[in-house]
Amino acid sequence: MIQRARASGAYVFYPRVAEPRTGETDLEWVEASGSGAVYSTTVQRNRRPTPDSNLALIELAEGPRMLSKVVGIAPDEVRIGMAVQARILDEGDGPFVVFEPEQAA
Amino acid sequence: MNDAFPRGKTAIVSTATYGMGEAPGLQSIDLLAHASIAALAKAGLTPADVDGVFTGMPFDLLSGLSVPEYLGIEARITDNNRTGGSAFQTLAVAAALALDSGQCDVALIAYGSNLRTGVGAIAPPPPDPFEWAYKARYPISAYALAAVRHMHEFGTTREQLAEVAVAARAWANRNPLAVKRGPLTVDDVLGARMVCDPLTVRDCCLVTDGGAAVVMTRADRARDLAARPAYLLGGAAATTHNRIAAMPDLTVTGAVDSGRRAFAQAGYGPGDMDALQLYDAFTINPILFLEDLGFCPKGEGGRFVSGGRIAPGGEFPVNTNGGGLSCVHPGMYGLFALAEAADQLMGTAGEHQLDRPVELSLAHGNGMLLSSQATVILGSASTL
Repeated sequence: MIQRARASGAYVFYPRVAEPRTGETDLEWVEASGSGAVYSTTVQRNRRPTPDSNLALIELAEGPRMLSKVVGIAPDEVRIGMAVQARILDEGDGPFVVFEPEQAA
Repeated sequence: MNDAFPRGKTAIVSTATYGMGEAPGLQSIDLLAHASIAALAKAGLTPADVDGVFTGMPFDLLSGLSVPEYLGIEARITDNNRTGGSAFQTLAVAAALALDSGQCDVALIAYGSNLRTGVGAIAPPPPDPFEWAYKARYPISAYALAAVRHMHEFGTTREQLAEVAVAARAWANRNPLAVKRGPLTVDDVLGARMVCDPLTVRDCCLVTDGGAAVVMTRADRARDLAARPAYLLGGAAATTHNRIAAMPDLTVTGAVDSGRRAFAQAGYGPGDMDALQLYDAFTINPILFLEDLGFCPKGEGGRFVSGGRIAPGGEFPVNTNGGGLSCVHPGMYGLFALAEAADQLMGTAGEHQLDRPVELSLAHGNGMLLSSQATVILGSASTL
């Protein structure tokens, strides 16, 4: 789900009480496509035993960008422009949104 | 927009740093106080002479109260800016406006942090409900994302990033107070431990202790307090985001706006500057700021810094104290950049004083994750 302002049609992420700039409070929840593209990506080199992890900015098909990580591919093989699809991951601390390359989705 | 600035109406009359490196046993506010008292003494002043306090201690949300109390200052105006490391350039603008309007007569801009030796005392920030799961290693991860995007769009290379660190080290080698000295090559930077691709540990600023202070008065009094005051010719800030996901374009910072306005106020352009202090939390920063402040076209920053152009002996002296990369970086570096810009102009930089005349000096601050940018332009009496 993602917020959308009724009057302007613009999507808003992260969720707020009002649309940025206009201050309109006509935000509604709509289904998100889950589609996006990698805007930038890095590999966080962690201390062992924690494996290296990906960190990426995803440009959602709806417009806004969100911080996330790309899974299902080696962290250093993620590329800018790569088409990705959202899925929900839960590692025990509660569910959150990650992305995987579209062809693997 | 009427973006007026009291050009030349106020000046920096003295600066000081204290405890750069490791200062065990001292609290952050102790470092701030040492630097403040030393800076005031250089101008023949004491804390009791101060009536405007401009500060922002990293882990003391009420430093607008604790700093005046500690130093015994009866403050008529206080400012406790919270825009990250650029806060101190913004505070210099606020101090200039307050001095010019008569809200205060002696302004103290002060900072201190025992980030290195006192790190155990820091409480982690509360988890971000929208980002906690990704375990981002801020701030470096955000700068890595910006660097990757810059490399993708403009062909910037890791070698060009490394040139920034090598230049900073060469400047630090001229500065006895710089924390990190000794030889450093491009290969050393490239071969250092990778932290967040493409940034190695040598692409990252230091983690040190340190305090800094800058004293400002109106121009008429400045002439009595300093042999060669550093007049504020212009100053402007621009804030674009907090979270890196909300940055409109990862290759363009608010320095485009802050720089354009500060230069317009000053009546000078990039090519007129004799020395630049550009907040170098990471090696990508000076590249972005040289582009955004107008020293080279967008995308050319990597090539611009190559061949030693910003190193000692180069065309554009950048971060002449060694910067955040090799001199000092106690959590926030902005005030150290401002102090160095003023010292180079006042001729008080000591052993690392530039061997060329400095009539116009620029200090650029960067806050949080490229979030806030603030530019201050200083000039000698001959530039008024």
